[in-house]
Amino acid sequence: MKKTHVALFLLLAALCSLPLFLPRFYTYIAAIVLLTALLATSLNLAIGYGGIYQFHHAVFYGIGAYGTALMLTRTPMPAALGLLVGPLVSALLSLVMGVICIRLSKLYFGMLQISLGSLVWATVYRWYSFTGGDDGIHGIPLPDRIATPDGAYYYTLAVTALCFFAMHRIVGSPFGKTLQGIRDNPVRSSAIGVHVKAHQLVALVIAGLFGGVAGSLFVVVNNSVFPDMMFWTFSLEVLIMCLLGGMYTFFGPLAGASILVLLRVFVSVYTQYWSLLLGAILTLVIIFLPDGVLGYAVRRFRPGEGRRA
Amino acid sequence: MLRVESVVKSFGGFKAVNGANLEVGAGEIVAVIGPNGAGKTTLFHLITGHLSPDSGRILFKDREIAGLPPHVLCRMGITRSFQVVNIFQRLTVFENVQIAVLSRERKTFRIFSAVQGMAAEEVHSILRNVGLYEQRDVESDLLSHGDQKVLEIAVALGGKPELLILDEPTAGMAPEETERCIRLIRKLSDEFGLTILFCEHDMGLVFEIAKRIMVMVRGGTVVQGSREEVRRNREVQDAYLGETGEC
Repeated sequence: MKKTHVALFLLLAALCSLPLFLPRFYTYIAAIVLLTALLATSLNLAIGYGGIYQFHHAVFYGIGAYGTALMLTRTPMPAALGLLVGPLVSALLSLVMGVICIRLSKLYFGMLQISLGSLVWATVYRWYSFTGGDDGIHGIPLPDRIATPDGAYYYTLAVTALCFFAMHRIVGSPFGKTLQGIRDNPVRSSAIGVHVKAHQLVALVIAGLFGGVAGSLFVVVNNSVFPDMMFWTFSLEVLIMCLLGGMYTFFGPLAGASILVLLRVFVSVYTQYWSLLLGAILTLVIIFLPDGVLGYAVRRFRPGEGRRA
Repeated sequence: MLRVESVVKSFGGFKAVNGANLEVGAGEIVAVIGPNGAGKTTLFHLITGHLSPDSGRILFKDREIAGLPPHVLCRMGITRSFQVVNIFQRLTVFENVQIAVLSRERKTFRIFSAVQGMAAEEVHSILRNVGLYEQRDVESDLLSHGDQKVLEIAVALGGKPELLILDEPTAGMAPEETERCIRLIRKLSDEFGLTILFCEHDMGLVFEIAKRIMVMVRGGTVVQGSREEVRRNREVQDAYLGETGEC
């Protein structure tokens, strides 16, 4: 445990010093990695810890981003409020969609969520007068302090770190433990007095909230939003991040998100078929490291503790 | 404490439980026996709310409970173990029981407190009582089958039940494990005053520990009575004991 703390501290220190020696473009990429890691980890709360087939998580990311962007561009409210409202709207959407989908289990839940999520996407994609349609919204005004690349990076780093801390607390809480119990065995959970669906619904709202935070960070880093953020293929990509890194470890999705984003950035310089490489890597991981990259590492170096989520 | 009156449950055209009657008094150990497919597990599912009956009444402490969901019944004092091992595989032995205790204490919605060490005393005492204390930090998936069946019971105990329902507690156990399980069931009844309802294939075990026995055949109750009454019953001998030769 102590070793993990030291490693985390070093990681945080390294992340803080990145903008000092990295060119602007890489600082931007680093910020994207951070917020994508937050997005993947928020999905993992539902899928890895809750065993809920959250197939369209990107919707909450997109709505978090659009909520923030619309507040910043269309209302005279202070920016801080906009950054807060985005995630709250996405938590609310998560609650509404959750109430509708939760009655179905497993794959059926996932299918219905994809359908409802696609409706949200289609609405955003078509509603030119309000959301900007397929153009999205660009040049979103931000407070000076976080409008510079370095400012945006540090803001992203701070919020991401805070969210990771909060999510880690949640995973290690009675609620988090109960959720893992439900994942392992919903029938037994109900037999010991746990209201399964109520817990799953709370988990969905929490996942939606943090997914929305990642969306609001994207607004800060990228200054724009577009409907592709919540297209279902992106949901799949986030899901792949969780699988790649390891669904049953807390930091697995972070590893997965880093690998995927960096792969796309650096390999796509050489070939447009970067996803071919991703496919090959993913196949190998699934065959040889079924617990994901980080899951494998944990198992390897801490036997006995290996599969503990 | 528990009374089941002419309960019926059918799946499609098949009547899995057809007019079953059962009475369990406080503090008793009652066994349900019957050939495979007699409807024992379905009857238990009906009592614990995993299924709801088509007709008939189920009373717990004089309250109608038929059709109530499992988590509500658990809070009323009925918990159960399962025939097929039904535990939280990825969690440790300690955590398995801990969730049950936290659920009883209604703490499962606490999001920001740390779960580590919560309810440790009670969980440890349960694990000592069932003999799994040494393995408390082992991931439950890695336990032997016999130990997993014991953990089944330990998880049920976390709910501090008044009525404990065990669905074939010794199924698949080695002889020495069965021995241990019998001692455990006795202990739960004698020391903790639990009312226990169980079903079992092992006739030796049934006649050894059950004070009263209910015999089910083809979904219906043939007889319920003391060991002697059941042994003497001609219908039981014909329908079950004689025919299958398991006695």
